[in-house]
Amino acid sequence: MEFLRPDGLPDVLEARAAHPGALPLMGGTDVMVALNFDRRRPDALLDLTRAPELTAWDHVDGMVRLGAGVTYSRVIDELATELPGLAIASRTVGSPQIRNRGTVGGNLGAASPAGDSHPALLAGFAEVELASRDGVRRVPVDEFFTGVKQHAGRGDELVTAVWIRPATGPQQFSKIGTRNAMVIAVTSFGLALHPDREQVGTGLGSAAPTPRRARDAEEFLGAELDWSARRDIRDSVAAEFARLVATAASPIDDVRGTAAYRRHALAVMARRCLSWAWAEHQGRRH
Amino acid sequence: MRITLTVNGEQRQADDVWEGESLLHVLRERMGLPGSKNACEQGECGSCTIYLDGTTCCACLVAAGQAHGRDVVTVEGLSARGPATEGAGTARPVAGPVTGPVTGPVTGPPDAGEALHPVQQAFLDAGAVQCGFCTPGLLVATHDLLTRDPDPDDAEIREALSGNLCRCTGYEKILDAVRLAAGRMG
Repeated sequence: MEFLRPDGLPDVLEARAAHPGALPLMGGTDVMVALNFDRRRPDALLDLTRAPELTAWDHVDGMVRLGAGVTYSRVIDELATELPGLAIASRTVGSPQIRNRGTVGGNLGAASPAGDSHPALLAGFAEVELASRDGVRRVPVDEFFTGVKQHAGRGDELVTAVWIRPATGPQQFSKIGTRNAMVIAVTSFGLALHPDREQVGTGLGSAAPTPRRARDAEEFLGAELDWSARRDIRDSVAAEFARLVATAASPIDDVRGTAAYRRHALAVMARRCLSWAWAEHQGRRH
Repeated sequence: MRITLTVNGEQRQADDVWEGESLLHVLRERMGLPGSKNACEQGECGSCTIYLDGTTCCACLVAAGQAHGRDVVTVEGLSARGPATEGAGTARPVAGPVTGPVTGPVTGPPDAGEALHPVQQAFLDAGAVQCGFCTPGLLVATHDLLTRDPDPDDAEIREALSGNLCRCTGYEKILDAVRLAAGRMG
């Protein structure tokens, strides 16, 4: 095995192109587990921690450009106001030690259907920045996930950043697990209200082969909500939104839960997230 | 490969490190620092919690090569590092527990000096050490918590220690120890 330790993003992308078998390594919270348990023996490890370009975030063109190497702890500490949904989700990741190392970019690179960042990124209409020696492109996050632990990045590309519009309305995230800390989601749900464009964003986690949006639910709710007068949501509307969210899922039975339970839980989480978010939109505490 | 890093204030070097090796393995097996415990090897238990460039993490999830040129503090370095707050003079000499049936000598690493860090002393005094396997990780996590927040409430303590498992399930005494340390250091 080789250990590649390039300094700076240009050299990282050169190394990525020159060593197609190298496994990118940032916070190590997935990759090191695989190494420690003999599950993976890549030809090389490509250490990304010496590229400061990856660990910065900035405002660009009215959006937040979040470097792929920004840790969950920093998202919580530095971006809770602008990216509230992602910050809430980040607080549910692992433990303090894991949040100090794990990154949103690593979550995307692993592309697990259970990744905690994904529902918030989907609900926030985020874009994933992919870079290679030959250039940079951006992919809408709902086109990024292509299969179980598969994504749209090519072998010579790296996830270098996520682009997200700062929140213009309430955002929520809910996750079912067996305890508060150190759990992989049985299923999870992210919701973002975008009052400026009168749109609703959703994201479902651990509910299908890939994280996905519930588009029918988004369109239904976006048309039903009384965005300007902010009147209470009728129970029938909340119930239909919850039903459409559950319908969008294609869950499986596995060790963490059954498909039927996941669908049920998604409907419950969708209704709760909506009630929390709408109360905030109305200026009420929830 | 060769890696060089600062551990507990000293420049250290290790040769013939396997590229997939964890920092935890290097600390324990190559540098004679077995304080950080090797249990789950997947970041679940927190027994190998260390500081890497001033931030806590699980040493089992850091590739040794990633630590090259970095600054590491392990549980062995806590007392030498001094209390999380000012006033190294508050550190007490090594002594047996104040109360309780455990009477054996309390021995730290030979190079750790005479004084325990107040967090370590509080764990002894509160009876928060049973089998002791989780203790080093809890000490580092508690040290970090009290550095950031000298007066945490119970919810904050639980959150800060949520990545550290005690299979003896001695959590009440552990919470007592954190409150005791906070009170003494505050």
